[in-house]
Formats: sequence, structure tokens, C-alpha cells
Amino acid sequence: MAGQVLLIEDEPNIIEAIKFILSRAGWDVATHSNGVDAAEVVRARAPDILILDVMLPGRSGYDILRELRDDPGFADLPVLMLTARGQSKDREMAERAGASRFMTKPFANADVLDAVRALTGA
Amino acid sequence: MSPASDSDQRIPLFVERQTYRRRRIVDAARALPLLGLLLWWVPLLWALPTQPVSASTALIYVFAVWFGLVAGAGALIVALGRTRAQDKP
Amino acid sequence: MLNSLAAISVAYVALLFAVAFFAERAARRGRGNWLRAPIVYTLSLSIYCTAWTFYGAVGSAARNGFEYMTIYLGPSLVLIGWWWVLRKLVRIGRAQRITSVADLISSRYGKSNLLGVGVTLLAVIGTTPYIALQLQSVTLSVEVFGHPGLPGTQGPTSTAFWVAAGLSVFTVIFGTRNLDANERHHGVVMAIALEAIVKLAALLAVGAFVVWGMSGGISGTLERIDASELGHWNVQGGRWVGLMLLSAAAFLCLPRMFQVLVVENDNDTQLRMAAWAFPLYLMLMSLFIVPIAVVGLDVLPEGSNPDLFVLTVPLSQGQDGLAMLSFLGGFSSATSMVIVAAIALSTMVSNHIVMPIWLRFTTGTASVSGDVRHVVLLSRRISIAGVLLLGYLYYAMSGGGTALATIGLVSFTGVAQVLPAMLGGIFWRGATRLGALAGIGTGFVIWLYTLYLPSFGPGVVLPDSFFAEGPFGIASLNPNALFGLDGLDPLLHAVLWSLTLNTVAFFAASLFSFPSPLERLQGAQFVNVTQAPGSARGWTQGVAQAEDLMVMSQRIIGASEAVALFQQAAREQGLDGHLPEPTPAFLQRLERELAGSVGAATAHAMIGQIVGGAAVSVQDLMAVADETAQMMEYSARLEAQSAELSRTAAQLRAANDKLTRLSVQKDAFLSQISHELRTPMTSIRAFSEILRDAQGLSDEEQSKYASIIQDEAIRLTRLLDDLLDLSVLENGQVSLNVGQGLLRDVLDRALAAASANEGERGLEVVRDPVAENIRLHTDTERLSQVFINLVTNARKYCDATAPRLTIRVEPHEDRVIVDFIDNGSGVATESQDMIFEKFARVSDQKAGGAGLGLAICRQIVVRLGGEISYLPGQGGGAFRVILPREFALAAQ
Repeated sequence: MAGQVLLIEDEPNIIEAIKFILSRAGWDVATHSNGVDAAEVVRARAPDILILDVMLPGRSGYDILRELRDDPGFADLPVLMLTARGQSKDREMAERAGASRFMTKPFANADVLDAVRALTGA
Repeated sequence: MSPASDSDQRIPLFVERQTYRRRRIVDAARALPLLGLLLWWVPLLWALPTQPVSASTALIYVFAVWFGLVAGAGALIVALGRTRAQDKP
Repeated sequence: MLNSLAAISVAYVALLFAVAFFAERAARRGRGNWLRAPIVYTLSLSIYCTAWTFYGAVGSAARNGFEYMTIYLGPSLVLIGWWWVLRKLVRIGRAQRITSVADLISSRYGKSNLLGVGVTLLAVIGTTPYIALQLQSVTLSVEVFGHPGLPGTQGPTSTAFWVAAGLSVFTVIFGTRNLDANERHHGVVMAIALEAIVKLAALLAVGAFVVWGMSGGISGTLERIDASELGHWNVQGGRWVGLMLLSAAAFLCLPRMFQVLVVENDNDTQLRMAAWAFPLYLMLMSLFIVPIAVVGLDVLPEGSNPDLFVLTVPLSQGQDGLAMLSFLGGFSSATSMVIVAAIALSTMVSNHIVMPIWLRFTTGTASVSGDVRHVVLLSRRISIAGVLLLGYLYYAMSGGGTALATIGLVSFTGVAQVLPAMLGGIFWRGATRLGALAGIGTGFVIWLYTLYLPSFGPGVVLPDSFFAEGPFGIASLNPNALFGLDGLDPLLHAVLWSLTLNTVAFFAASLFSFPSPLERLQGAQFVNVTQAPGSARGWTQGVAQAEDLMVMSQRIIGASEAVALFQQAAREQGLDGHLPEPTPAFLQRLERELAGSVGAATAHAMIGQIVGGAAVSVQDLMAVADETAQMMEYSARLEAQSAELSRTAAQLRAANDKLTRLSVQKDAFLSQISHELRTPMTSIRAFSEILRDAQGLSDEEQSKYASIIQDEAIRLTRLLDDLLDLSVLENGQVSLNVGQGLLRDVLDRALAAASANEGERGLEVVRDPVAENIRLHTDTERLSQVFINLVTNARKYCDATAPRLTIRVEPHEDRVIVDFIDNGSGVATESQDMIFEKFARVSDQKAGGAGLGLAICRQIVVRLGGEISYLPGQGGGAFRVILPREFALAAQ
């Protein structure tokens, strides 16, 4: 059975949509909507996969990811990054920060599901 | 004398034929004394005791150069005067 | 014989006086154009050929062979190369009104009197023996005719004395006839020209007689020469080159040559003729020297003085008439040299030695012009007599024993010491006064020690031991082997050392010293003389007026300043007009003023010259002033240009910065737009896919998701509306609907609209209806849009438990200040300057808006002619709107 997904996103409607999609596919979805303490939440929950928005209140998704990658315990955590800014330099920044996968909003629901499955090897 | 007018002067690359001619005459006038000096220093070579040069030859040579220089200087000054006269009709 | 000699001599002298007299009279009556004829100028140059060359050349040829020619070859080259040096020298002489070689050097190096005195001394010391030489030659030539002296005199010394006396009378009469020292001496020049013809004719006549009368024509003469002891070329190479250059140098520097070449020169045409005619003259003068010498050696008894062959050869053949002509030629050579040398020397002595001393002792009276002129003439007359007396004394004391040519070359070497300073001065702007002093001083001392003093013979002035083992046993200071340079001809040795060290000292001291402003200006005028012909200078000295000072000052400190300065000074002196009296106090003040513009030294010299009336004309000073003014103007123009350039550069930099910032802003803006558009689109797409694909959704879920889609669609629409609104405002395309309205009404409408939008949170609004009763002339619709935004913001972001918004109105004369202050936590200081930017969202809370509200507010307020800002320090969020009461179209 699929494992736990942690979603860090500030837009309530997008949280609801992703939660719905993944829950129906059998994932256990936890959410968090603030950037400032996001890294602590990730460490506390230790999810199987992290879905991380770039534009978060308080702290950018890149910073959170960089902090996690510096932590040996989370260096290999699969991370799917979401951004509403679709420029190529955003993709580059995500790759440099250590994202496993990068998706531009808006996305097809099936793509999110496929990406999560691929990243967790499920 | 005035720096302003000096700086205003432009030296043209190409000048009228007359002006060009005049400048070359001035060049010749400048070169003439150097030629004279050179020719009059030829007797330095005669000092070699092996081949003494006779006095008559020496006199004729020095005076011939002298006359040539006078004629040359005169001709150049006449030429210079002519270009000037044509410059300002 | 004796009587005819006396009669002819007297007649000849009378002729000279007559020629000089009529030439002077013609010149005074303005009929003297022919006096300036180029041929007269050319002939006057013949004073180069003195008795030394007339008699001495044959003597030199008899003793040393062909070496004598070098003395003529050098000057020939100088004239043939007139374009190089003479042309410039002559123009400087005319432009600067140069009176002597000492004046040239002094004037070039900042009007230094020390240099003038030095060159004058050098010239006097160098020329006196030369004058003695002329007196000796006349005496010797008289003796040749079989008598110990001139008729009515006793002995050779008295002949010399009377000749000297007669010459000084002639020179005083015709050499100092003119009141103006700078005017040409037409009488003297004409007499010299006549003498030039006489001496050439005499020498040619003797030569022709020797060649055709005694040697059987040209070929015969050449054979005779080849057969004689002069039959082979026998000139020492060093002396051939050295003497040629030395005579060329002396030709330029000899005081008498400078007098006829430069001072008496009137126009360039004269020089152009002399450039070829004078070498021809020299050639003719030297043509028959060798034949005369050879024949003289041949026919005259062993031990005859070869210096007198020109006379003794015709006499020995019984040609008394020819000998008489020859005597007149020699007499002409001697007298013309003495006359011109005396004039040149007296000018120098008078201008550089007598006058400065006289002026020093009579300070204060020098401003009366008549006085000065009288003194100048008197001093020059006394100087002429003094120079001739010196020459006579030298002759009397030396006894006339030395061979003529030796003295001539010693003299040449002495005056040639001026050459480096002269050429450096007219070709090199970097030459300085110190350099000239060092060069001339060094050369002078070495010349004295190695040539002049030894020329009296060992043991006369310098002890014998000096020449044997050097002074005090120091061999390297031996006058004939300086620094161990042994085995050289003494003359060449002296020429080499004096001129070399002279040039080195001149150059080195010039490089290491810094010239004064006056010196630099003079240097520029001298070096650049051919580029701008000198203007005519007619100012008469000693009539300095306040007006002259005024004209000069205007050119230096500017017209209005000068007028103001002079007027103020005049008022202070109690005078009505514009010009004050040139009192010492005023002059001191003026000098200070000028010093501010041109430096103290130049200012001092300028004032001194105008007021003191010395050797510089007002026109010179005008030229200096003009140049200074032009330089200042030029540099001011340069400054202005460079200021303009740096302004333009700054503008370009600013424009570039702005473009870069705009580009960054545009990127950020597009990125923001993208984000703001994609976020609602994400929800819409995700939920529409869910609604389409997911089975088994409850009605409740379906309805919830559908309303999410609707909310996000509305949010998108609002965003697009805002964007359009902002774009229109930013481009200035909005048309304002300006009308009258009460501020209170606008606020009422805004509050109503704001509370209609969001009703769930209670916001207490505190207002002051009395203060709000202000009539505004503006676009009330747009203004209300601003107020709605501000109220909505307060409602959204005020985080107080009991949110309260205070609207404070403060009317001013032409504007109204409206403050919106809430009791929340406000905006953090670091964010305050960016809240009016597009998409600036500083709060963590979700606000639902696109972050364009305040940007739109600012655009509207600016369009209405007011301003909006964040008001810090009000204990909460606070915005201040300043509005003009009357909307002015100009604000657009």
C-alpha cells in the first residue's frame, strides 16, 4: 500500500484538490500551509514523499528544500515541486535546490498521481 | 600666437597643386645647405698622403661647388617667388 | 706718394661722410625706398669681411694653405640655408623689436637683465681685440707706403689713435643720429654698402692683375699654384670642419653681424636676395686669395709679411694706383667693421649696463619720456667712444705683434658661445633662463681659460707653468689639454670643450629648471614667430596712462570687472570719471587683481612695464594679455565641454540603470502575473477534472467543488479587471470625469461600498463630519475607488481584536490631507517603501486580492494631482492621501 504524502502548499483550494486526488488513490495525505516551520514539520512527519510549493508565505520552497537536502536524513527524500511560475529559470532553480521532479501549475490530476507513484517507486 | 586660432586650423590632407609645389621648393631650400656641407666635406678624403690632390684641382672643386650652391639658392628663391606671385594674383 | 695717399684718404673719408649724410636726408624726407633695396642689405653684410679677411686671408693662405676658405664657407652655408635659421631670426628681430644680440637673449629668457649684461660683457671682451686688429691693419698698411705713420702724426700708435678718433666721430654722428634706437641707420648702411663695393673691387683688381698681368692667365696661374709650396691639398681635416662650423656660428652671433643681419633688416625680400648674393660676394672675395699669396711668396723677398701681400705685390710691380685702391679696400674693410661693431656694442652697453644703473639711481623721474631719450642717446654716444677707446688701448698695449688671423679666431670662438642659447631659444620652448645662464657662463669661462688668456702668450696673463704641467701641478687643468685631451690643435681644443660643455650645461639646466610665466610667454612668441607674423608696434615708451592699464586689464580680468574695478578706484580717489590716477596704491591693487588671473610674476612685469616704460612695448603686453585671455577662454570652453560630457554620461548611466531596472521589473511583473493567473487556474482545472473523472461524489462534494471553481473564476476576472485598470492608468489613457463634490459624500460612498463587499467582520470607523465638509474639484468616482481600497485594506489586514479605522481630515489652503489610520500592527518598516508596488503583498494572510490595489490607488492619486504615502509612527497601519482642492489640468 502507498505511504504517506506531505503537502506543503498555501492555496486552500489547491490543497483540497491534491488531497482529494491522492487520498482516493490510497495515499495518506498530511498538509501544511506555512513556509516558516515547514522543515520542522517534514522532519517530524518523515513522509515517504514531499510535495512542495515554491511560493509559500514566510519562506520560499527552494530554501526549505535546500535545508532538507543538507540534512543527511532527508537527502534522498523524493520531492515533487510545484510552481505557478512557469519560466525556465524556475526549473533550473528547482533542480539546483535538489528537487526530484518539477511540475508547473496548472497540472492534470493524473500527472500528479503518476509523478508521486514514480517517485516513490510504488 | 593665439592658441585658439592654432587649434582651429585644420591641416588639410590634400592641397592645391601650387601649394604642394611650393612646399617641395621649400624642402629643396632646406636640403641645399646640407648638400653643400656634404660636398665641402669631400676634401676630408684628400688628406690621405698616398694620393695628394693638386692645389688647382682642389680650388676648382671648392669653387665649383660654391658656384653651384649660389646658382641653386638663386633658382630656388626665384621659383619660390613665382609660386607666391601665383598664389596671390 | 705720401701726399697723394693723404689726399686720397681724406677725399675717400669725405665721400663716405657725404654718402651717409645724403642717405640720412633722403630717408628723413621719405624718399628712402631705395635705401631698403635688397642689394644694399646684401652689401651691408660685407662687414663680415674685415681687414682680417682683406689682408689676413692672403697671409693665412701663404702660411697655412687653403684653410682660409673655411671662414667664407661657413657663412655661405648659413645664408644658403636661410630657411632654417635666418628667416626665423629676422622675423623675431622685427616682431620683438630686438636691438642687439644681447637683447635677443635677454628678451627670449624672460627679459632677464643678468643675461643681457653677460652677453654684453662677452661681446665687449671678444670684440675689443678685433677692433684693435682693425686699427693695427690700418697702421700697418700706412707703414707699407714707406712712412711710419699718417701725415702729421708721430708713430704707429698715434695713427691708430687718430683713426679711432675719426671713426668715433663718424659713428656718433651717423650711428646715434636718430632719436629712436630701433630705427634703421640708413646713412651708416649706405656708407658700408659703398665700402663693400670698394673692397671687392680692390681685391678683384689686385687678383686680376696678379692672374692676367703676372701669371699669364688662368691656366698659367693654376700651373704656378701647383708648382708653388701650396701645390698640394694640405688642410688638416679637423680644422677644415671645425673652422667651417665655427665661422658659421660666429656669423650668426657676432654683434656687428647681428646688427646688419637682424636689427637693420626691414623685410624678407632683403634676406631672399642676400641668401644667394652674399655667398656669391664671399666667393668673389676669396677667389684670388691663393693666386695673390702664391705670387707674393714668389716675387717678394723672404721674410716679407704675407698679411700685406695685397699691398706689397702691386707696389713691387710699380702699380702705385692699384696699390692705392688696395689700400682703400683695406681701409674700407677696417672702418666699416669698426663702425658697425661700435654701434652694436654701444647699443648693448647702453641698454643693458648704463640704462639699468641710471634708472636705479634716478627712480621716479624715469616716467618723463624726454628725459629717458636724452639719457639713452648720451649713454650710447659715450659707449661708442668708450668701445673705440678700449680697442685703441688694447692695440697700444699689445703692441700689435700677433698674427692677425689668430685674434680673429679667438674672437669668433668667444662670441660663438651665444649660439646654443640663441638657437635653443628660437627653436625650443623648453629652453630656460637658467639654462642660458649656465651655458653661456660655462662656455665663457672655458673660452677665457683655454683660448683668450693663452692668446696673450705664455707667461703674460697665465704663468708658463700652467702650460707645462697645468695649474698648481694639476695636469688635467692644463689650458691646452683640458681633462687630458692632449695633442689637439689649441684652437680646436678650445672650441670643442667650450661649445660642448656650453651646450651640455644649457640643455641640462634647462631641463631641470622651471621658467617663469613671462619667460614661457616670450619663449612661445619666439619659437612660434613664423606662424603668426608680428604686428606693427608703434607705441612710444614712457607715456603710460590709466587707459593703457585699463585696456590691458580688460583683456585679462574681463571688461565689466575691469571697468568696475577702475570706477571704484576712481570714486575712492574722489574722481568723477571711469579712470583713476595710477597711484602706487592703485597699482598695487591692480597688480593683485591681475595676479589672480595671470600669476604674480607676469602681473608684476606687466604693470612694471607699462608704468616704468622699459624695453617692452604695450603691444607686447597686449599680445601677452590676449594670449592669456584666449587661453583662459579656451580652457573655460574645455571645462564647459567636459562638464557637459560628464552630465551626458551621468544621464546615460541613469537611463541605462533605469532600463535595467525596468527590465528586471518587467521580468518580475510577468512572473507575478503568471503566478497570479496560474494559481486560480490550478484549482479550476483540478476540480473540473475531479468532477469529470471521479465517480461516486456526493452532491455536497459536487456542489462544493463547483463553487470553488466559480470562486476562482471570479478571482481571475477581478485580477484581469485590475490589470486592465492599472494598465490604463499607467499609460495615462484614462479620461478623468472632473466635477464638484463634497469630501464627506465621497467618503460615505466609499465606506458603504467597502462594507457591502465584506460584511462579516465589524470595523469601527471614526470620522469627523465637520472637517470632512470640504468642497473638492476632482474626479470623485476615482477618488472613491482609492478610499474603498484603503478601507478594504484596513478591514482585511487590521489584526486588532476590535479593529478601528480613524479617518482624519486636515484642510489646508490649497490642498486636503486625508489620513486612514487603523489600530492594527501596521506595515513592517522594511516593507513600507514597496507596498505601493504591483503584487506587493506583505502580509502572511491570504487576502484574496491580486496585490494590485495600492498600486492602482497610487496611480489614481497621482493622476488627480496628489500623492499617497504610508505614514509611519501612528500606532497602526496609516495611509496619507494629499489632494489638491482644485484639480488642475496642468497636473496631467
